[in-house]
Amino acid sequence: MAPPLLSLSGISKRFDNGTQAIARLDLDVAEGEFLSLVGPSGCGKSTALRIVAGLLTPDAGTVTFPGERPELGFVFQEPTLMPWATALGNVRLPLDLKGVRKAEAEARAARALARVGLAGFEKSYPRELSGGMKMRVSIARAMAAEPKLLLMDEPFAALDELTRQALNDDLLSLWAEDRLTVIFVTHSVYESTYLSSRVVVMRPRPGRVAADLTLTPPAVRDESYRLTPQFTAEAARVSAALKEAMA
Amino acid sequence: MKSNWPRYVVPVVVFAAALLLWEWRVHALGISPLILATPSDIWTALIAHWDVLQPALLFTLKITAEAFVLASVAGVALAVLFSQSRIVEYALYPFAVVLQVTPVVAIAPLLLIWIGYDNVNEVLVVLAWIIAFFTVLSNALTGLKSADHNLIDLLKLYGASRWQILWRVQLPSALPFILTGMKISGGLALIGAVTAEFVAGSGNDLGLGWVITLSTRNLDTAQAFAALALLSILGIAILFALTVVEWALLHRWHESAVKREG
Ligand SMILES: Nc1ncnc2c1ncn2[C@@H]1O[C@H](COP(=O)(O)OP(=O)(O)OP(=O)(O)O)[C@@H](O)[C@H]1O
Ligand SMILES: [Mg+2]
Repeated sequence: MAPPLLSLSGISKRFDNGTQAIARLDLDVAEGEFLSLVGPSGCGKSTALRIVAGLLTPDAGTVTFPGERPELGFVFQEPTLMPWATALGNVRLPLDLKGVRKAEAEARAARALARVGLAGFEKSYPRELSGGMKMRVSIARAMAAEPKLLLMDEPFAALDELTRQALNDDLLSLWAEDRLTVIFVTHSVYESTYLSSRVVVMRPRPGRVAADLTLTPPAVRDESYRLTPQFTAEAARVSAALKEAMA
Repeated sequence: MKSNWPRYVVPVVVFAAALLLWEWRVHALGISPLILATPSDIWTALIAHWDVLQPALLFTLKITAEAFVLASVAGVALAVLFSQSRIVEYALYPFAVVLQVTPVVAIAPLLLIWIGYDNVNEVLVVLAWIIAFFTVLSNALTGLKSADHNLIDLLKLYGASRWQILWRVQLPSALPFILTGMKISGGLALIGAVTAEFVAGSGNDLGLGWVITLSTRNLDTAQAFAALALLSILGIAILFALTVVEWALLHRWHESAVKREG
């Protein structure tokens, strides 16, 4: 078996106020996986994601990337855009920080915007865009630096159902085209079932893996997949695992 | 777009009506011009004493502008420093507070001794600066601290330096706060410049504060009112100029400056 892209072992994290968010979390993530992380509120999903990103240091345990450290992208629950910058300016940010030349950065940012369906909105300011469009800008920004590993923390939780489904499909195409590895935090059993090749269920705080399910969705899927018996069966499995973790 | 004429016409009409009422009541009641000058007296005094009033206006404007620029620069610079280091903030913020809460009138005599009676202009600028600077500091500090933490984390993820985080996220986030602070500070600098003249005198130059002091001493109420009118106009002009600057910098993106339809 190929070595994992990323390996968490024995991760613990206690915050200064005494909250033990995560205790001895072990998780290997294989390259190319679409992994959903689900679990009750407060079980440490965001904390785990921030530890993977290097934004938090664990008290114990290690995060290792057996190969070279992959380029990371991060998408928050809120679009987290700079309101003073245009859509293009926002998407350019990672490239600017990496010192990419202006002309090239602009071209790449424009391409990233086009990939999320926002060609023509380069000059729009965030306040001129809808919630779904802002989230698309946020995804384009994460994609602009061509990440290998995309971390997403409940990115679509605040969107209406139809927008959410459209973004789910767009995300799946990006994942397939770029051979991304995605770690996707969500509260929704259905969303994780639709998107993932693997669902990891965490138990309540302090967080740890309670169940690890492999799913086999069709490689190419669309709305109709949600109506199939296979989808219903997989969702039932995820749901049962979540219930058991919370008991 | 709907026409917006009442916005401009109503205040002008009301103001003109108030002046007429003022003129008429003073004549009707036979109030002595020593107590209350009429608008026409004030206008006459303004023309007659323009040779005194104009340099006084420029002098007060100069003190105000210097104090305002120093207050803005010092306020933003200190706020940036504080935002970069908790320790520096803990160490220096109390001094800023002390400076703010101590009545300027009480500091003036000391400053005159320290800076010297030959340098009254500097004393005036320092006094006006003390009055004007704290609001820029505290607004800028709030602004710098209210930057979106996730956005800052995102920059860290891409290896941004402190300086890049400050320049790309914290300062732009703080801009609306800084501009609000500066709008208040502009008015305070003017108040400071006039108050400073009352308490510290005015050396060789004559500002509007002193003109008011001298005119009331000479029972030239009309001239005092003329100086007062110039101060109001100056205050309005400062506020207007800063509002224009604010609009120019924020209207593209900030909610406070965005025109909503409907
Ligand atoms: N900076 C912090 N300081 C103190 N406690 C924190 C901090 N961040 C998170 N916590 C606590 O750690 C626990 C785990 O938080 P985390 O945000 O990782 O949960 P989560 O699984 O993402 O929850 P949700 O599904 O609601 O987003 C929670 O109890 C939370 O209150
Ligand atoms: Mg969370």
